[in-house]
Amino acid sequence: MAPEANSRNLSQGEAKRRLGILLSRPFSAIGKEVISWISILGSATVFLFLALFKVFRSKQLSKIVQQLYYIGARSTTIIMLVSVFTGMVLSLQSYYALVKFGAQGAVGTLVSLSLIRELGPVLTAIMITARAGSAITAEIGIQRISEQIDALHTMRIDPLRHLISPRVTAAIISFPILTTIFDLIGIIGGYISGVMLLGLNSGVYFHSIQANVELKDITDGLIKATVFAVIVATVCCYQGYFAHMRRDSHGAKAVGLATTSAVVISCVLILVSDYIVTSLLI
Amino acid sequence: MNTPLIEFKDVTKNFGDRTVLERINLEIYEGEVTTIIGLSGAGKSVLLKLIIGLLKPDEGTILFRGKPVSKMKKKEINAALAQMSYMFQGNALFDSLTVYENIALPLLETTNLKKSEIDRRVMARIEQTELADAVKKFPSELSGGMQKRAALARALITDPKIVLFDEPTTGQDPVRKNAILSMIAQYHRKFGFTAILVSHEIPDVYFISNRVLALYERTIVFQGTPEELEDFDHPFKDEVIHSLEVLQKELTGLYSKRQFKVLNHAQLRRRTFGETYSIVVFTLEDISSIITHLGHDAVQEAIRRMGLYIDKHFGAIGGFSTRRNSNEIVTVLPYSDITEAEIILKDFAKDFQGLEINDIRTGVRRRVAMAGPVEFTILAGIAQGQPIAEIDSVIASAKSHQKEIWMATMCRRGVSI
Repeated sequence: MAPEANSRNLSQGEAKRRLGILLSRPFSAIGKEVISWISILGSATVFLFLALFKVFRSKQLSKIVQQLYYIGARSTTIIMLVSVFTGMVLSLQSYYALVKFGAQGAVGTLVSLSLIRELGPVLTAIMITARAGSAITAEIGIQRISEQIDALHTMRIDPLRHLISPRVTAAIISFPILTTIFDLIGIIGGYISGVMLLGLNSGVYFHSIQANVELKDITDGLIKATVFAVIVATVCCYQGYFAHMRRDSHGAKAVGLATTSAVVISCVLILVSDYIVTSLLI
Repeated sequence: MNTPLIEFKDVTKNFGDRTVLERINLEIYEGEVTTIIGLSGAGKSVLLKLIIGLLKPDEGTILFRGKPVSKMKKKEINAALAQMSYMFQGNALFDSLTVYENIALPLLETTNLKKSEIDRRVMARIEQTELADAVKKFPSELSGGMQKRAALARALITDPKIVLFDEPTTGQDPVRKNAILSMIAQYHRKFGFTAILVSHEIPDVYFISNRVLALYERTIVFQGTPEELEDFDHPFKDEVIHSLEVLQKELTGLYSKRQFKVLNHAQLRRRTFGETYSIVVFTLEDISSIITHLGHDAVQEAIRRMGLYIDKHFGAIGGFSTRRNSNEIVTVLPYSDITEAEIILKDFAKDFQGLEINDIRTGVRRRVAMAGPVEFTILAGIAQGQPIAEIDSVIASAKSHQKEIWMATMCRRGVSI
């Protein structure tokens, strides 16, 4: 009998152990993921500061100007297109909402404040992420997998100085400028929809903007744009630079996944940081 | 002996659970051409990347001029790396930059030279590597061979003291392979750099190598001169060297020096006293002048054609040949006396005149703008030996009897023979 009892005790003990493992597995997975994210956050921060530090080295100006052209100038058309329709639809929606209360004179205020405080910085950042951010990740990722970054190392050219620093700097300069363009064109879009198509008085439209938009609204919007620039540039450059270290894939597939990750992570972080920055600034 | 320039002591490198290099011990000496040979995936590129600091060893020590790299200050490491240059297996050219910009990049980024000086240096390298037509092209617009030469030009632009070549001849045709090896040898002589080469081009790579390192099953199993490798008895030889030598024979019609030695020994051992054999020594004259005017490709094309035609004429009667040095081929005719050898040589010369120069000319015309006429001269000498005689003395005798069997002048507009 004793061996049977022992075996029963053993199997009960084994069952408990297995249950314990089973129950702890989700927590273990979550913990592992959290540690991994904290580690990535740490290395991305170091990556960003090293890139920023290297802006002030020699021979950087021409590269920054080149990146300003790619990230900034070449994004202007798409930003203008998106902003004009954003302003128009805002104006349209707010007109029909406000007209019920006879407050259609506040359309200009609503359009301008929505654009300057929120939609301008956020939509600009998302559009640049889609257009330039994905291109940055893909370009750097291909340079990584085709050993071009290793080649820079062997030529004693610092890849962070040569590739990353100009892109981060150009993003920090471009984002606020493009946000300003977005805001202005958006307000014009609101004018087209509200004044030219719906018959609002143009004096009322512009007066309401002038009366209600404060300098703080504009600076807060530009602060957000700068924060988004840092986030987008860091995430996109980081994803490309370390594309070869992805565990889920290799080669061209890794570059493709890195590009997808860069866009998704950037967009999520733009929205999360938007809330945090807004709550700090308000 | 001198302190090695680079020394590995029990170096081990792992990637995850996989050990790629295990307790590697090697020495590389200054001013020499050291070639690392081994099968694909044996870890040769990893070895080069450890030397240039792209990878760090998991165990063991790497010494640079006798000093452990791990104990060197960052400044010292940078100074050491500044002397090195690396030519990647996949070229690693920047695909968004033109050939000119790729070659100029190291000078633009790491020196304060004036634009005119950078331009002069870059154009000189472009001329040397026969890339004048590709200056404004992007890497994707170039053939594999041109990309390789662009990578070579970039690796040499800073006049490095140590150059690491990771399979510089991969993807090249037999002529270009030898042309690149010849170019490396020429630059090595001219600039005096230390070359560390990963190559499969056996036995051609022996002509330019001072030392050979054999990487087999994760470790270095041999280091020594190419001549010492001939006597090295190890499974590595059967698996790696013999298989590559067979391929070489298929491509060029020539045996390796080692195969030649074995064949010669086996053939002559069967002969009895009093029986004779003949040796023919072919020499392509004044190759430095051909290289200057037409580039390395023309020389290699001529040598390759010679090899194939020698095999065609002399191989049919049991002859076997090897390339003795960069411009000389030796053929042994174990069953022919000097009279028979002379008849076959005449046939060879007649056949060669009719066809070969046109091929060389076509190849050269495609790529090079000739400054003036260039002469191709082939000398041949025959000597008769007996099995007891030392083969070297018979070769020397054949060389001393060499006379011109074929000469062609390649002009800007055509060829006169």
